[in-house]
Amino acid sequence: MSARTTIRAIPTLLRIGIAETIAYRAEFLIWMLTTTMPLVMLALWSSVAHDGPFRGYDSNRFVAYYLLALIVRNLTSSWVVWQINDEVRRGVLAMRLLRPVHPFVAYTATHISAVPLRGLIVLPVAVIMLVSSARGELITDPTRLALLAPSLAMAWAITFTLMLAIGSLAFFFDKSMAVMDVYFGVFAVFSGYLLPLSTMPGWLQHTAHYLPFRYVLSAPIELVLKPAPGVPTASTLELVGGQAVWVVVMFTLALTLWRAGVRRFEAVGA
Amino acid sequence: MRRYVRLFLVQTRVSVMTSMQYRSDFIVEGLMSLYWIAWNLLPLTILYADRKAVAGWDFGSALVVIGWFMVLRAIADGIITTSLVETVERIRSGAFDYVLLKPADAQFLVSTARLSPWRIVDLLGGIGVVIYAFIELGRAPSIGDVAAGLALLAAGAAAMYSLWLMAAAASFWVVRMDNLTFLLGAIFDTARWPVHVFRGAWRIVFTFILPLAVMTTFPAMAILHRLDLATALGCLGGCLVLLGVSRAIWQIAIRSYTSASS
Repeated sequence: MSARTTIRAIPTLLRIGIAETIAYRAEFLIWMLTTTMPLVMLALWSSVAHDGPFRGYDSNRFVAYYLLALIVRNLTSSWVVWQINDEVRRGVLAMRLLRPVHPFVAYTATHISAVPLRGLIVLPVAVIMLVSSARGELITDPTRLALLAPSLAMAWAITFTLMLAIGSLAFFFDKSMAVMDVYFGVFAVFSGYLLPLSTMPGWLQHTAHYLPFRYVLSAPIELVLKPAPGVPTASTLELVGGQAVWVVVMFTLALTLWRAGVRRFEAVGA
Repeated sequence: MRRYVRLFLVQTRVSVMTSMQYRSDFIVEGLMSLYWIAWNLLPLTILYADRKAVAGWDFGSALVVIGWFMVLRAIADGIITTSLVETVERIRSGAFDYVLLKPADAQFLVSTARLSPWRIVDLLGGIGVVIYAFIELGRAPSIGDVAAGLALLAAGAAAMYSLWLMAAAASFWVVRMDNLTFLLGAIFDTARWPVHVFRGAWRIVFTFILPLAVMTTFPAMAILHRLDLATALGCLGGCLVLLGVSRAIWQIAIRSYTSASS
C-alpha cells in the first residue's frame, strides 16, 4: 500500500465516483431532496419573523441564514455511513480490503466526486437568491469571505470523518444505523440546523462550543453572516482554527475505530 | 378476513418474541424516548418563550400538535418504517420471491413484516404530552372531541402509510433507495408544527401535496374542538382516496418485479 500506488489510483477512483453518482440517480436525487430541508426551516422561521424580529433575526436574516445552511449542508453532507453499514453487513467489504488502496482513500475519492454534481444543482439558485435578496446580511471583509472555501472544505472533512467513525461502529454491533438517528438528533440541536445557535438558550450555546457539530454547519455560516444585534462576531481563529482541531480529532477517532473494527471483521456471506 | 387477523397476531407475536431477546433494549429505548421528547419540545419552548401565540396557536394548542406528532412517529417507526425498509431490501436482493409465493396478500405481508414493540414507549410519551397540553390549557376535552381526534389521527396514520407504500413501490423501478427513510423522516418532521405557521405556497404543499396537515394539525384541531365538520369529512375522504391510490400503484409496481437474483 505505497503512497505511489495510492496516488496513481485516485483519478480512477474519482471517475468511478462520478459514474456511480450518475448510475444511482434516484438515490442521488433523494439525497439532494434531503439536504434541502433548511428551506422548510426557512419557511417556518421567516413566517414567525413576519410578526416582528425573533431574537435579533428578522425575515431577511433568516433568509440569509438558511440559504447559507442549505449551501453548507448540500456541499458537506455525506451518506458514507449507509455504504459502510451495507458493505459490512453483506460481507462485500472483504473485496475492498483486498485492494491495495486504503478503504478510507477509496471512500473519500468516490464521495468527493459527488460534491461538484451536487453543487451544480443547488449552488446557482441558492447563490443568486442569497445575493439578490439578502446581500445586506453578509459580511464584506475579504479575509473572511476568502476563508469560506477552506472552511467549507473542513466542514466536509469533519462530517465525513464523523460518518466514517459512525460507519465503523457497524463492525462492533449491528444497530449502528440507530446511532445515526441519535447523531442526527444531537447534530440538529447543536449545529444550528434547527435554529441559529445565537437564538438558543445560553447553556445550549455554551455546550455547542465544545462539540464538533457547530463546526460542521454553523462555523462557515458565522464566518460570512453578520451576527444578530448584541451578539459578538466570532473570530476567524475561533471558527476556522476550531474546525482544524476537529478535523484532526475526528480523523484520529475514525481511523482508530476502523482499525479495531477490521480486526473483528468476519466477512459474513463472502 | 379472520385469516388476516390471525396472521397479524402471528406476525406480532414473532416480532414481540424477537425483541424480548434484547430486553436491555427496553431501558435504552426508554431513555432514548425521553431524549426525543425533550428534543421535540425544544424549538417550541424557544419559540413560545418570546411569543404568546403564533398564527393563532398558543403554547398549549401547539403542544397538542406535537403530542399527536409523537404518537404518529411512534406508529411510523414501530410498524410502517421497519416493515417497508425490509421490503425495499427484499426487492433489491430478490428475496421478495418468497413473499409473493405465500398464499396471502403481498401488501398485507410486507406491511406487517416487522414490528418494533418498544416503540410503545414513544407512543405513551406522545399521549403524555397531549394530556400535559390539556393541563396547560386548563380544560378537558369532551368525549366526542377525543373520539373525533382519534378518528382523524387514524386517518392521518393511513395517509402516512400510503405515502410510505408508494415510496416502497418506487423501489421496484429504482433499485437503491437506502436513504429514503431519512428523507421521509425529515419531511415528516415538519408535521410537528401546526400547518398555519407556514404561509402561502408552503401551506398548500403541506396540506394537499404532502398531507402533513392531515396527519397532525387537523387531528389536533379536532380534539381541541376547532375543526368544522366539512374539513373533517374532507380529511377522512382524502385519506381513503390516498389508500386506494397507493394500493393501485403498489399492484402495478408488483407486476414489474423481475426478481433480482433467482
